[in-house]
Amino acid sequence: MWMDFGFEFVNFYLVPGLVLGCIYALGAVGITLTFGILRFANFAHGELMMTGTYLAWTFGAVVLATTGVVLHPLITAIPAMAGAVVLALLIDRYFYKPFRDAPTIMVVIASFGMMLIVRSAVQVIWGPNQIAFVRGIDKPNAAVREFTQSIDMMLLIPNKHFWIIGGTIVIVLLLHYLLEHTRIGKAMRAVSDSPDLARVTGINVEVVVRATWIVGGMSAVMAGVFLAMDTQTLETTMGFRMLLPMFAAAILGGIGRPFGAVFGGLVIGLAEELVAYPWIGTEPLISPGYKTGVAFAIMVVMLIVRPSGIFKGRTF
Amino acid sequence: MSGPILEIDGIHAGYGETEILHDINIHVDPNEIVAVIGPNGAGKSTAIKSVLGLLNIRSGAIRLNGEEITNTPPDQVVTRGISYVPQTQNVFVNLSVQENLEMGAWTRPDGMAERLEEMYALFPDLRAKSRQAAGSLSGGQRQMVAMAKALMVDAKVLLLDEPTAGLSPKYRGEIFQTIRNIKNSGVPILIVEQNAKQALGTADRGYVLVDGANRHTGTGEELLADRDIARMFLGGRE
Repeated sequence: MWMDFGFEFVNFYLVPGLVLGCIYALGAVGITLTFGILRFANFAHGELMMTGTYLAWTFGAVVLATTGVVLHPLITAIPAMAGAVVLALLIDRYFYKPFRDAPTIMVVIASFGMMLIVRSAVQVIWGPNQIAFVRGIDKPNAAVREFTQSIDMMLLIPNKHFWIIGGTIVIVLLLHYLLEHTRIGKAMRAVSDSPDLARVTGINVEVVVRATWIVGGMSAVMAGVFLAMDTQTLETTMGFRMLLPMFAAAILGGIGRPFGAVFGGLVIGLAEELVAYPWIGTEPLISPGYKTGVAFAIMVVMLIVRPSGIFKGRTF
Repeated sequence: MSGPILEIDGIHAGYGETEILHDINIHVDPNEIVAVIGPNGAGKSTAIKSVLGLLNIRSGAIRLNGEEITNTPPDQVVTRGISYVPQTQNVFVNLSVQENLEMGAWTRPDGMAERLEEMYALFPDLRAKSRQAAGSLSGGQRQMVAMAKALMVDAKVLLLDEPTAGLSPKYRGEIFQTIRNIKNSGVPILIVEQNAKQALGTADRGYVLVDGANRHTGTGEELLADRDIARMFLGGRE
């Protein structure tokens, strides 16, 4: 049974699906927070993620060139998060703030413009070509392989996947702590619930908005670094390609529901990988080339059947 | 203390270009409940919202303890000690009852535990529900949460916008009793009510607004006894 089914399924479909799901989940958290608190679909979110990942790579490359030390991508993610947060706050202050009371559609279109501006800027600075984010082949974790050595149930999971899944669990736990147990986190939920009531309650909405960019920016950079660790490459279009599955995840979980977005991300990631499994016969059920179509299909079905998402988020 | 706590002094105000309030005068003295009544569209809720800085005041002044606060943004108005309970959507439905109260204390986060305790003493029904989402409560209980949330700061005056709208008679009675309790705890109240009879029965003084302007002013009893008002709002007959 494991020989015919499990080995291939777990190693080549289930684990990669989970990994992809983690990346979508972290990206979708920022989308859903911005949607809930600032009330607009931020098309530039993928670019924030991409820019942060470029910053991480640059930091690693500079350290390597000056000291000869190879930093783990997760270390380089720390200054990158700081950089991306500063960028997000500057963009908010000088670009989105004047739109605060404008109709949603204007802000959405403004964010579309910001997406193009940021991507072009990155292309000007780093060039349009692919960059190797991590070199070499990440072999399956030896300990896990040894532990499950019989070919019948051998697990071939590279270290990077442990980092991604473990890192995502840690980030989601931190996010949970922030939103449920801290003053600013509760205020973020309150503003997401009703900005008007938050204002007449005396909550400083601008502080909450800044907190949203900080949390969204940091999780976006982590998603980007995880994605680059997984694919081992950097591209200026990586953020844009993530946009659709991230929105699909946010809508699936319910807009304004961060944990719904995490759940939605996992579902979309798993679905994209699992549809390529040969469920019937020996051919992939759906050709891997249509992977992105899966996220799109899930999003369309959700919007028709249950636009408020699984965890009953906001509808517009 | 001498002089009114809150004073709305001859204001003309509206949203954008439209003027809704034409020369409105309302004041709230220490230790009193003031009711504002009037037909639909008379500008009662708008008058309250003008205090909050939610609309554009063209002339006239709003004063809190003699200090002018005209056109101050809402979060700063709250910081200065004016608490407001909107008519609808007055609780954070996705937050628990306790979290709602904590948010109410946003501008004054110290001594949270004692103030939560005070609120549970004033609204005993809420204690058992403190961990429930506010959105899962009944209308009357939500109103209680909203009032408790507004009282979490040291309010100098409490503004209530139609607190009994849509509630059952049982809850209406309870809300008015709570309003008297709040007054006895030392917080003056400005209440806008559709339910004129009960509001005037509870209030020390009342104002009748019609078409965005003051029409009558008097003590609760005087207004209740006024034939004109009785005919207009109280369902009384000639």
